[in-house]
Amino acid sequence: MRRDRLRVIVYSALLGAVMLGLWQAAVAGKPTGKSIPGPIAVAAAAADMLAHPFYDNGPNDKGIGLQIAASLGRMAIGYTIASIVAVALGVTLGLSPILYRAVNPYVQVLKPISPLAWMPLFLYTIRDSTQAAVLVIVMSSLWPTLANTAFGVASIKRDYLNVAAILQLSWPRRLVTVILPAAAPAIVAGLRISVGSAWVAIVAAEMLIGGTGIGYFVWNEWNNLALTSVIFAILAIGLIGVLLDAGLGRLARRLSYQE
Amino acid sequence: MHAFEAERDEMLGCAVERSIEHAVFGGEIGRRAFIARVGASTAAAALASVFPVAAACALAQDKAGPPEKKQLKIGFIPITCATPIIMAQPMGFYKKHGLDVQVTKASSWAMIRDLSINGETDATHMLSPMPLAITLGVGSQSVPYVMPAVENINGQAITLATKHKGVTAPSDMKGFKFGVPFDFSMHNFLLRYYLAEGGVDPDKDVQIRAVPPPEMVANLRAGNLDGYLAPDPFNQRAVFEEVGFIHLLSKDIWPGHPCCAFAAKREFATATPNTFRALLSAIVDATQYARDRAHRKEIATAIAPKNFLNQPVEVLEQVLTGVYPDGLGNTKTVPDRIDFDPFPYHSMAIWILTQMKRWGYLKSDVTYKKVAEEVFLAGACRDTLKALGYRAPETTSVKHAFALGKTRLFDPDKPDDYLKSFAIRKV
Repeated sequence: MRRDRLRVIVYSALLGAVMLGLWQAAVAGKPTGKSIPGPIAVAAAAADMLAHPFYDNGPNDKGIGLQIAASLGRMAIGYTIASIVAVALGVTLGLSPILYRAVNPYVQVLKPISPLAWMPLFLYTIRDSTQAAVLVIVMSSLWPTLANTAFGVASIKRDYLNVAAILQLSWPRRLVTVILPAAAPAIVAGLRISVGSAWVAIVAAEMLIGGTGIGYFVWNEWNNLALTSVIFAILAIGLIGVLLDAGLGRLARRLSYQE
Repeated sequence: MHAFEAERDEMLGCAVERSIEHAVFGGEIGRRAFIARVGASTAAAALASVFPVAAACALAQDKAGPPEKKQLKIGFIPITCATPIIMAQPMGFYKKHGLDVQVTKASSWAMIRDLSINGETDATHMLSPMPLAITLGVGSQSVPYVMPAVENINGQAITLATKHKGVTAPSDMKGFKFGVPFDFSMHNFLLRYYLAEGGVDPDKDVQIRAVPPPEMVANLRAGNLDGYLAPDPFNQRAVFEEVGFIHLLSKDIWPGHPCCAFAAKREFATATPNTFRALLSAIVDATQYARDRAHRKEIATAIAPKNFLNQPVEVLEQVLTGVYPDGLGNTKTVPDRIDFDPFPYHSMAIWILTQMKRWGYLKSDVTYKKVAEEVFLAGACRDTLKALGYRAPETTSVKHAFALGKTRLFDPDKPDDYLKSFAIRKV
């Protein structure tokens, strides 16, 4: 078991080294500015940016740390709203098969719409670009949680619900002690998908609205064709995505149970 | 005089003039009696002949009440057209006129429009056709806008991808995909004018799409576009990146054409007149500073950082000084490649409206002159110029001469005849 783990780490490190090597080889010898910057140039830019992550030179020039914090803050608000709505609605639909079938067609139509497509409509109606971006996050992280919660609640063993009925548990208690714990693994699986899509959407939304955030940072550097910064930002976005996912993965393990 | 201009003049109006009248005619009764006998305008003229009323007014206006609102946000797109709006922050023009302004970068013209309409910015950098279109509710909800100053004249170019090096005339451009910054832009109208004068129908023979300026070079490199009529630095940047060459400067289509503008909701101008006046003074002041070619290098350095244009200083210098490589191996020297002149002639607005009509953006009939006077505040700009000690044009409407095309002279008094003179048009 331990040896397997070691081998995984070695293989993984080798794969990373090979990819970096190929990347460096592909761009080596080409004049700077005429091709994609290599890993060394990106690492240098990264070291430079990470040395001062929280500088603030005015509204259009902030450090990478501040940009990421702005994105995470925006995402936290949108994601929290979406999760509360999605879990509440999901539980309702999961408990009532008829309601579920009545609402399902609408969910199916709304689900595949790119959250960014809502942006012009939100801007027109809410008249605030920050809130519009938050709502885009809501739209992106609503559906996976909703679908998973409804599915999780609908597939709770009838026995559990029957026992709760026999014990004459009150509604809130039934929800907190039986329904939510029983459906928790499915709900968290939904939350985990949602956090991924929220993170994907926030970057694109910020490229549209400008201002602050890691998405705006990418756009601003693109504007200057500063590809080293763009690549560094891409890696940072990926890394944060992994951390978010790992956090929810840990939560999922804690909430899973054997039947 | 149109209602709004009257309202504006009332707003900026001159209490000084009345005090002088009082002093000269011996109080309110003497003044009234004199005016009643000869009429108000004669009275004013008689007075002006003995006393420099205009100068006194201008002086008084300069000292008009303090700004109602000092902390302002102004939106901009990172292009050299916005030079006066941007440089006014790092070079202190806003501060000089008593304002604390933050200029905030927006990613596209649609975003500029929405941020401004929604009130997230107080005033904004716009393309000069935009306040007209928004006021008329074309391609937007209808919100009354005012445009008291043009930012830059000239300063745009048609850039083509390097693979089209052999192309010399519009007739070689059939089937091209062109980018322009926005539908309601001088870029769109000048490109269409240029193509149509060369016998190419811009709606049938080529494709013209709106692409945010900062994304143009990337699109040219990727082959998504064959060319664009775009603001700088993105023409010069394409040369710098060796992906394109400058085919034609926009000044060789219409010398002295307006391009970008400084605009605000009319509501902002009426609700906070002192702020509006101070802001306009700062903008006009900065524009006049930028007009002096000796200042261009200094300005290039001030607006290059990440907070503003986020461009290499070298590219900005090439744009602002007009000494630049064209991407075909030549170094050109064109000092008026870009120039700065704040005066918003009504005739410029009328030309824009004829083109909006020509290409089917404007479907209803409008009284060109009325709309032009409502939106392009030539009077306010003239007052500001004079108050700052600059010369200002006396006429608000002039005939504009084009450098190419069949009908070279645009007469703002005959817009309908002008429109009919074009063989290629939608209406």
